[in-house]
Amino acid sequence: MSSRCRERSRVAALAALTLIAALVAGCERESRQFDPPAPGAVLARDRPTAMLVSRYERNAHALAAGKRLYTWFNCAGCHAAGGGGAGPALMDDVWIYGGDADAIVASIAKGRPNGMPAFGARLSNDQVWQLAAYVRSTSGLAPQDAAPNRDDAFLTRTPESFMDSQDPGRAIPSAATGAGR
Amino acid sequence: MMSGIHDVRVPVGPQAAAITDLWTLMLVVCTVVFVAIMVALAIAVWRAPRATEKAAADLAEHPRIDRRLRRGVGWAVAASSLLLAGLLVASFMTDRAVARLPLHDAVRIDLVAHRFWWEARYDAADPALAFATANELHVPVGRAVIVTLYADDVIHSLWLPSLAGKKDLIPGRESTIAFRADIAGVYRGQCAEFCGYQHAHMALFVVADPPDEYARWLARQRAPAREPATAQERRGRELVETTTCGMCHTIAGTTARGRRAPDLTHVGSRQTLAAGTIPNSATERVTWITDPQKVKPGVDMPPIDLPPRDLVAIAAYLGSLE
Amino acid sequence: MLRLGLGMIAGQYRARPRREAATRMLRDGDGAGSESARALERTWSDARGIVGFLSANDHKTTGLRFVVTALLFFGAAGVMGGLMRHQLALPEQHVVGPDLYDQLFSMHGTTMMFLFAVPVMQGFALYVVPLMIGTRNTAFPRMSACAFWLYLFGGALFYGAFFTNTGADAGWFEYVPLAGPQYGIGKRADFWNMLVTYSEATGLMVAVDLATTILKMRAPGMSLRRMPLFAWASLVTSIMIIFAMPMVMLAANLVQFDRMLGTHFFNPSEGGDALLWQHLFWFFGHPEVYFIFIPGLGFLSSIIPTFARRPMFGHDAIVLSLITTGFLAFGLWVHHMFATNVPELGKSFFTAMSFMIAIPTAIQIFCWIATIGAGRLVMRAPLLFVFGFFFVLVIGGLTGVMLGSVPLDLQVHDTYFVVAHLHYVLLGGAVFPLFAAIYYWFPKLSGRVLNERLGRWQFWLFFIGVNLTFFPLHLLGLEGMPRRVYTYGAETGWGTWSFVSAVGQVINDLSMLLFVINIGYSLVKGARAGNDPWGAGTLEWSVASPPPACNFYALPVVSSRYPLWSPPGDVTHVRGLSAEIREALVTTVLDARPDTRYAYPNPEIWSFVAALAVTVWLVWSVWSVPGFAYGLIPPAIAFIAWYWPNKKEAAEEVSWETEP
Repeated sequence: MSSRCRERSRVAALAALTLIAALVAGCERESRQFDPPAPGAVLARDRPTAMLVSRYERNAHALAAGKRLYTWFNCAGCHAAGGGGAGPALMDDVWIYGGDADAIVASIAKGRPNGMPAFGARLSNDQVWQLAAYVRSTSGLAPQDAAPNRDDAFLTRTPESFMDSQDPGRAIPSAATGAGR
Repeated sequence: MMSGIHDVRVPVGPQAAAITDLWTLMLVVCTVVFVAIMVALAIAVWRAPRATEKAAADLAEHPRIDRRLRRGVGWAVAASSLLLAGLLVASFMTDRAVARLPLHDAVRIDLVAHRFWWEARYDAADPALAFATANELHVPVGRAVIVTLYADDVIHSLWLPSLAGKKDLIPGRESTIAFRADIAGVYRGQCAEFCGYQHAHMALFVVADPPDEYARWLARQRAPAREPATAQERRGRELVETTTCGMCHTIAGTTARGRRAPDLTHVGSRQTLAAGTIPNSATERVTWITDPQKVKPGVDMPPIDLPPRDLVAIAAYLGSLE
Repeated sequence: MLRLGLGMIAGQYRARPRREAATRMLRDGDGAGSESARALERTWSDARGIVGFLSANDHKTTGLRFVVTALLFFGAAGVMGGLMRHQLALPEQHVVGPDLYDQLFSMHGTTMMFLFAVPVMQGFALYVVPLMIGTRNTAFPRMSACAFWLYLFGGALFYGAFFTNTGADAGWFEYVPLAGPQYGIGKRADFWNMLVTYSEATGLMVAVDLATTILKMRAPGMSLRRMPLFAWASLVTSIMIIFAMPMVMLAANLVQFDRMLGTHFFNPSEGGDALLWQHLFWFFGHPEVYFIFIPGLGFLSSIIPTFARRPMFGHDAIVLSLITTGFLAFGLWVHHMFATNVPELGKSFFTAMSFMIAIPTAIQIFCWIATIGAGRLVMRAPLLFVFGFFFVLVIGGLTGVMLGSVPLDLQVHDTYFVVAHLHYVLLGGAVFPLFAAIYYWFPKLSGRVLNERLGRWQFWLFFIGVNLTFFPLHLLGLEGMPRRVYTYGAETGWGTWSFVSAVGQVINDLSMLLFVINIGYSLVKGARAGNDPWGAGTLEWSVASPPPACNFYALPVVSSRYPLWSPPGDVTHVRGLSAEIREALVTTVLDARPDTRYAYPNPEIWSFVAALAVTVWLVWSVWSVPGFAYGLIPPAIAFIAWYWPNKKEAAEEVSWETEP
């Protein structure tokens, strides 16, 4: 009787643990924290706390925001879609100044020699962290279930041989997308 | 705060008026039908004798009653079919009336929907005269307007209740909506297709100006931003150019050339901020740039981490941009 | 014809070879208390214990499980609806933020449509239809049992996801690109896609089961012309489901392919089309309304004759209307898309169709009113709910006509006017009839009658609450309030009617509370029902309440539409089916002449195991790409094991069929 009882309580404990794990993972990944962390936490720009890493790198909303900023602020101008160009590639496992979050945050905020500008004054702390988290996700350092998916955009472009001068591809005439005139 | 007219039953254009007429017709017909059915039901219930579960069911043939019932149901079905056919014709005629807005000499505007704001572009033959604004369309009274609609991210829907109904903006699909405002005034529109966290705060104001006022507005919008007049405004411009603002916003005539957020060249002339969320007053401007996420959680604008004095300077500069 | 039927059965009778030649197999056909009745009861009862619980496949058990689970989901979705009305009661409130609000309305809509309305109607049909048409079980009881477990696991996972902050947040319609790979971040939309695949597979399985049962297993003599109207409604619904459900499963999977496998079905830049989703979704989504509505009409057609003490006036017209509705329902889907740039001529066609579908419903309403007027009324709670139906549904139907018109729809589409319309239609067309049906059939499934006084209170509260909650929403829509907004500014002037609506919702909650109290109270203290507490005329009332496991000790022979009301014919029962194995009589589609016999496989736990295995695939495919492929291995194993031929049983079947 008592052994069955113990067995039952073990099953219950296991179920509870699984539930808590799912809860923690789900909340960490899915929360939409729109407000930036309190100023005290932001001061940790030099030394990432576990809280900050989980807030950005394991959070789908922050990673998606980082990806958007990557396009908006023309990171692709030098780093291309991650494969690199004028700047180094981001999607490999070579990190000139280290690949941990704090090194990447420092690279973005303070800049690096040979061309990487310092964006510290022009971005909010939140944005720097979002970008850093996204940059790490391009080489698979963020959890796959939180990392952004493909964009609804040309993956490269329509093949030149398919282009028609009468009916070229249509782009939105918007300043905001930058695709128009 | 600006609260434009946004009621389906208060039309100010020929199209909305035609639809309102159809609405009135439908409302009358449907009310009559509803009352007729309820009265029929009430009479049926009132006249039918009462019984209990124990009463034997009536299986006998009642040819006379059946004939009367058949006739009654037959007439009712015929009447409903006729009414429906009539409403169908009315609907088609309204449809044609809405489509037949005369479009000669129409003003053309491009409208791009973003999460969660509207970008309006007034094109001109001379590129120097083209300009962009946000969340506020000015149109001349009595002239047709053709708005070409684009969606930048997800599906949105432009709804102008007092002018012309709505049209979806679907990524990859260009569409147009045409309308005419016959009375000067401010008409509120809103995104009607769920587009994410701040779908609730995605309003758009159509300001119908008399022709000469519209011309003056156009001339003002085509000019670059006003030069700052006070030291505070100068400090504000410096901050806009050197901190986070310029990464996303454009102010023509300054180095702020970001192209991802509403054009602020003449933001001071607009009545609201954040797509109709808050009035464009000095205090609300400060609230907004201090922490946009408090006002409109989920919007793309980050909180600006600057000393209060600087925030006030930025707000003052933006307010001066009329 | 009836004698012929008896002869056929007698002629077909074969003793099971495994029995000694001397002892003949026990046959059914004797009344309650006889040896054969006891044997039947033994044969058809599901085993006890946990394995028996999991492998139960009595249609009554499965049906009741569906209904109870669906009502629990109804309660959950109702609480979410209450939270939303609370949030909107005053302008600029912060009861919930935008993120939670988006999840709430998405979960509310998805639950109501996929986890409540369709399953509850199917569950009711599973329970009632076999009793009504005089058979002992549905045609494929194991499939329906499997469907129930799939439904339960799917719903539980969906809610598990919600409680871990992964609730669907792009609406019950999940428009792409908002639910697509770029904007549907995290795992929220993946769970929605898989839930939909799941619940639609469930619906499809039950629909196949019901359609087969209704067409092939009616009691001898119950030709299509004598078939009860609720069976007709279930048949039409099932056939519609078979055509429509695959569409949304396909669509949800295409989105999931876009999200997980990197395809481009809905990516306009790479040649896909965001509008494609709307066509696929609404091709299912509009008929979906009728899967919910038509069974409701069937409930009414069962209840009204009983409480008017006379056969339904215009029986044939009602059947034809149901079938017409079923066809027309597939020609309306574009009226959800009038604001998109679909060609104008096409829109006119869909306007005409949308107006036309009002006619069959009008015919049914007039026939019901005629029946009520020509009958003698027994005023009981079910009939009150029927009257509530008339009031609420007619308003919903008339606003539906307005929405079918292109120009009017361009104004009120995606506004609170539509919210009002759809709640009037679904509450009037499905929930009022559902409550009527619960009050009507509760005695049959529990043996006790629901308390009449509480029932009347519940009805009046619900009737007032529904109208108070949803009528003001029409006005809000006209005043310019769009749907799916989590808050609104005070200057918009939407506060007054929103507040009224929130008050109405509280009254609805009270009504639901009374309902729960009534169920609890009546289960313990309700009056004993007897076989036929309402003096009704259809077959389900000829058996005890609750019905014995085998439903009928002898299968009835039917010679009229209301067999319990008509004087019995020369032949009232057939006999000759085995009482020791589960055996059913299969009859012909049109005339229900006895055709053949059919031995059921024994209840096995495989239906449960298979559902569990499919769940593994669901969870795996949400999390990983290989899961899409490898996740199919557990279900494959389970299904192969389930269908693995049992040599002994097969040999028995063969010898049984071939021996003289």
